[in-house]
Amino acid sequence: MTISGGRPAEIPAELLSKEKFHSVRLDRDKCQGCTNCIKNCPTQAIRVRNGKAVIINERCIDCGECIRTCSNNAKKAVTDSLDDLRNYRYTIAVPAPALYSQYRTARTRNGILTALKKIGFDDVVEVAYGAEAVSNATRQYLKENTLQKPVISTACPAVVKLVQVKFPNLIDHLLPLQAPVEVAADMARKKAEKESGFAPEEIGVFFISPCAAKMGTKYFPLKGTKSSIDEVISFQDIYIPLRGVLKTLQPEQEEDLATASIYGVRWPNPGGESLALDINKFISVDGIKDVVGILETIDNNADDKFGDVDFMECLACKGGCLGGPLTVKNVYVAQVIMKGMRSEQNGRYKVAELPGMDVDYHDYLWDRSPEHIPVDKLDTDMVKAFIKMEKMEEIRDSLPGIDCGACGAPSCVALAEDIVRESATITDCVFKLRERVRELANEMFELEGVMPPTLERKGVIGERTRNPDTHHEGGGFR
Amino acid sequence: MAESNKMHLETVIAKDDFASAGEASSKVKKTLTMLGVAPAQIKRISVAMYEAEINAFIHGGGGMAYTDVYPDRVEILIEDHGKGIEDIELAMQEGYSTASEEVRMMGFGAGMGLPNMKNNSDNLTIDSRPGEGTKVRMCFNIGN
Repeated sequence: MTISGGRPAEIPAELLSKEKFHSVRLDRDKCQGCTNCIKNCPTQAIRVRNGKAVIINERCIDCGECIRTCSNNAKKAVTDSLDDLRNYRYTIAVPAPALYSQYRTARTRNGILTALKKIGFDDVVEVAYGAEAVSNATRQYLKENTLQKPVISTACPAVVKLVQVKFPNLIDHLLPLQAPVEVAADMARKKAEKESGFAPEEIGVFFISPCAAKMGTKYFPLKGTKSSIDEVISFQDIYIPLRGVLKTLQPEQEEDLATASIYGVRWPNPGGESLALDINKFISVDGIKDVVGILETIDNNADDKFGDVDFMECLACKGGCLGGPLTVKNVYVAQVIMKGMRSEQNGRYKVAELPGMDVDYHDYLWDRSPEHIPVDKLDTDMVKAFIKMEKMEEIRDSLPGIDCGACGAPSCVALAEDIVRESATITDCVFKLRERVRELANEMFELEGVMPPTLERKGVIGERTRNPDTHHEGGGFR
Repeated sequence: MAESNKMHLETVIAKDDFASAGEASSKVKKTLTMLGVAPAQIKRISVAMYEAEINAFIHGGGGMAYTDVYPDRVEILIEDHGKGIEDIELAMQEGYSTASEEVRMMGFGAGMGLPNMKNNSDNLTIDSRPGEGTKVRMCFNIGN
């Protein structure tokens, strides 16, 4: 069994049996075996085998690009169920700020937060508030430490995994602080333990998520202890129940639950994290293809101007978390709604400056670094890798190079690699198969003209009608 | 291509084509990754090779890159037939550059090329004659 993403030295057996460490899954009944997902996967983690897509676990970064591009809705992210509310005696909803962008009819953030309580949660803690704590910690951290520039944000778990899989030399650039969701979940848990009177195991912290990759964070947080997140509920699963409550919620029923300022609320938008840092030399990149492109540029030393950039936000989804694969609203509609939500309506929200939360960045440091996951390595023995590499190039040169995808691999190069890794054969290529069929047909045609010696033959005695030189020609790869 | 104990790679360094500048070192980097060379080694090899490649591109009018990978070392030869280096000792100094203003505007020509090659390789030899071209040989010990 393989595991994607960084992981603690020992993985509890029950997690492995649950297979929840990897959130993006395939609905086999819906999959038509087309080539959309294999072509769009940024880490080439998908192949089509026996007419169905197969995800290569160690390559998948849970970015959710396949969920977005599948025209048959056959890709989904495994998340928890709202029914799990019954498993706890005290529950806290920890909504990602992008949730505020999903309800056109909601008047205020407090309305949405109140609605969460009405559908069954005992309390709410905004991830936006945790984000502000992370911003304070980041400011401190950058002041007191020198990291490789540009420092790369680690708020997006898919980007962290991408670096682990494809850019091991950029691991030193990663900001080694817990993501806002983890910090907010910690805050929620501590608050509940203090206020509710229930035992830790009776308290359930529910992250309300637009994101496929956060499920992995729940099982494999970059800290020594267990994650404070108990359950992950997708925006899609909570959308209808929450909308039902919001429809009838009166302004006077809204509780004053919002604690975050505009800085935390706009965090999920591209640039939001950097703006909360109060720095000028930052860039913000969103969309996984653009993220791969910029990381390649930095990794290839192709532009040393990046040494001047202090901070770089990389968000796997176009439009940041508002464009998450588990959201309901179109990302641009969401941006419009979000603008209304983050404004200072009726002076309700404190927006002057980032609240001076009493934060020490040491409390948020990672307990372990994400490790390189060497998915491209052909063999642990380098001499064997030389041989495989040579064979791979030979195969690649024999393939048509049109990257049609009919073999189930995203490109001819990927098929060549799969063949030397022994997970595919040359005749998976329809063009090679056709060549092979033609060769066999020619051979059959030649054999058809050959007569046993006991029968009458054309030509001189002793001379075969078939040419022995052509008999074994063009065998190539079988 | 490969004998049993090594892997040989040849890459053309384009002339006057900024879009493909750095392609040779990028290709070598991909190959080293697939061969399982440690990321830290790949980093210094690609930094040094990139510098040599860019020099061949800017000053040498393009050329060839030859890479030999052995289990314990990587040897790279970058060859061009350009204008050559007049004074190698002077060229080795940090900040010394003969690049044109135009090239500097593009972010190159800071005079760190040769020092970066020296600092990132375990052995560097430069063979150059004015008017005939330059051969840069670098060797990197990669352990194993």
